[in-house]
Amino acid sequence: MGGRNATMVLLDENGIRCDGRKIDEPRRIMIKAGGLKNADGSAYIEFGNNKILVGVFGPRDVHPKHMSNTDTGILRVRYHMEPFSVTERKNPAPSRREIEISKVIKEALEPAVMLEKFPRTAVDVFIEVLQADGGTRCAALTAASVALADAGIPMRDMVASIAAGKVADTIVLDVNNEEDQAGQADMPIGYMPSLKKITLLQLDGILTPEEYKKCVDVGVQGCKIVYELQKKALTDKYFGKGGD
Amino acid sequence: MDNKRKYVIPGDVITTGPFRPEQNVILEGDKIISTTIGISEIYDDSVKVITLTGKYIPKIDDLVIGKINSHTSLSWELDINSCYVGFLPAQDVFGRDFSAHADELSSKLKTGDLVAARIANFDRTRDPLVTISDRDLGKIDSGVLIKISPSKVPRLIGKKGSMIQMIEMATNAVVTIGQNGWVVVSCESPEGLLKAKKAIEMVNEKAHVANLTDQIKEMLEIKDNES
Repeated sequence: MGGRNATMVLLDENGIRCDGRKIDEPRRIMIKAGGLKNADGSAYIEFGNNKILVGVFGPRDVHPKHMSNTDTGILRVRYHMEPFSVTERKNPAPSRREIEISKVIKEALEPAVMLEKFPRTAVDVFIEVLQADGGTRCAALTAASVALADAGIPMRDMVASIAAGKVADTIVLDVNNEEDQAGQADMPIGYMPSLKKITLLQLDGILTPEEYKKCVDVGVQGCKIVYELQKKALTDKYFGKGGD
Repeated sequence: MDNKRKYVIPGDVITTGPFRPEQNVILEGDKIISTTIGISEIYDDSVKVITLTGKYIPKIDDLVIGKINSHTSLSWELDINSCYVGFLPAQDVFGRDFSAHADELSSKLKTGDLVAARIANFDRTRDPLVTISDRDLGKIDSGVLIKISPSKVPRLIGKKGSMIQMIEMATNAVVTIGQNGWVVVSCESPEGLLKAKKAIEMVNEKAHVANLTDQIKEMLEIKDNES
């Protein structure tokens, strides 16, 4: 997406970003557990202007049968963007990018989900991006882990995710769409807060070793913020007043 | 506060120290971590979490209600509301002298029939083997099937069966509870049946409420006085 407004100020002299946030401030995040009746587990997340719905099925029979594994269960993830999720209609057929993000999210969830308890079964995660505004993979991963917990699938830990990045030579938390396009680096991080382990780490851009370390630190701190909101979403559904 | 019950979600550290991890918890270093949403309980030497969600996972000796899905010439397949299908061999019904030529499986159990069965064997390598050759087991001829969440079955049974006994006494209904969340209610009077059904559905919806027993009692007794 070239032809961006080159004069846009990404970071002003007071340390305020193009959408009015401070450098270590995430966007507004709202997570809701449940909501879909027919799925075994579900979650909805609003992450800034991202709106993502996740449904989980399973553990259940594997079809086609040859995909099943006698040693362990399998995790299948589909990340899909709605045609209306972006400004110009997106072809609903899975694109190269969507297939890749599905794989990345799957691999970020696998360390958390205890699939070995359910050999010969599959857990299916369906992620629908209703509205996209940069950082959908992080938001989708966050919501997917809430939906898995809602489905009652045993997990070692929740996976919280957020992106850090470098914008106007500064390390910032939660890169939005503008900053992603015009910024210098974008690093999505998935993190298991109790086990203190990173399950997703990607980097698009160039960072010095010092900046890299700083970026990871900022991202991990951000994940802890996200984790508190995941916890709140599940607590509200299961232990809130009057239950669900 | 360690001995108190706590609400937990996956990843929550329940406690640290020399405890034995039981259901739905894992030991990570010296931390005991919950793997599911539920209520944690700490005993003298062990920790467990009672889960509030999730599918039914077969356990040996569990009583389950199954629905005949299909059959081959040697066995039936049962839907037991789990991710695995129940496997009921023909010898279990016809006896040792079962012959695949002479005996027709659909003469005993047809597709769609409900059976009370027990999980005879189950491990991670094979589908659960079920049996119906025991007292109280076998085909269910009459009654209404109610589906509740498997995680709420212990609540429906209550402490030493208190909840279910109360419902049975108040309505004169016979309730068969499968650990897989399927419940069959049969009763001679239609009112009793409806009342029992309503009580069971109430337990399913309000399983987390503390004074549920009183609420159910109230509902059943108020109706008693009216009629």
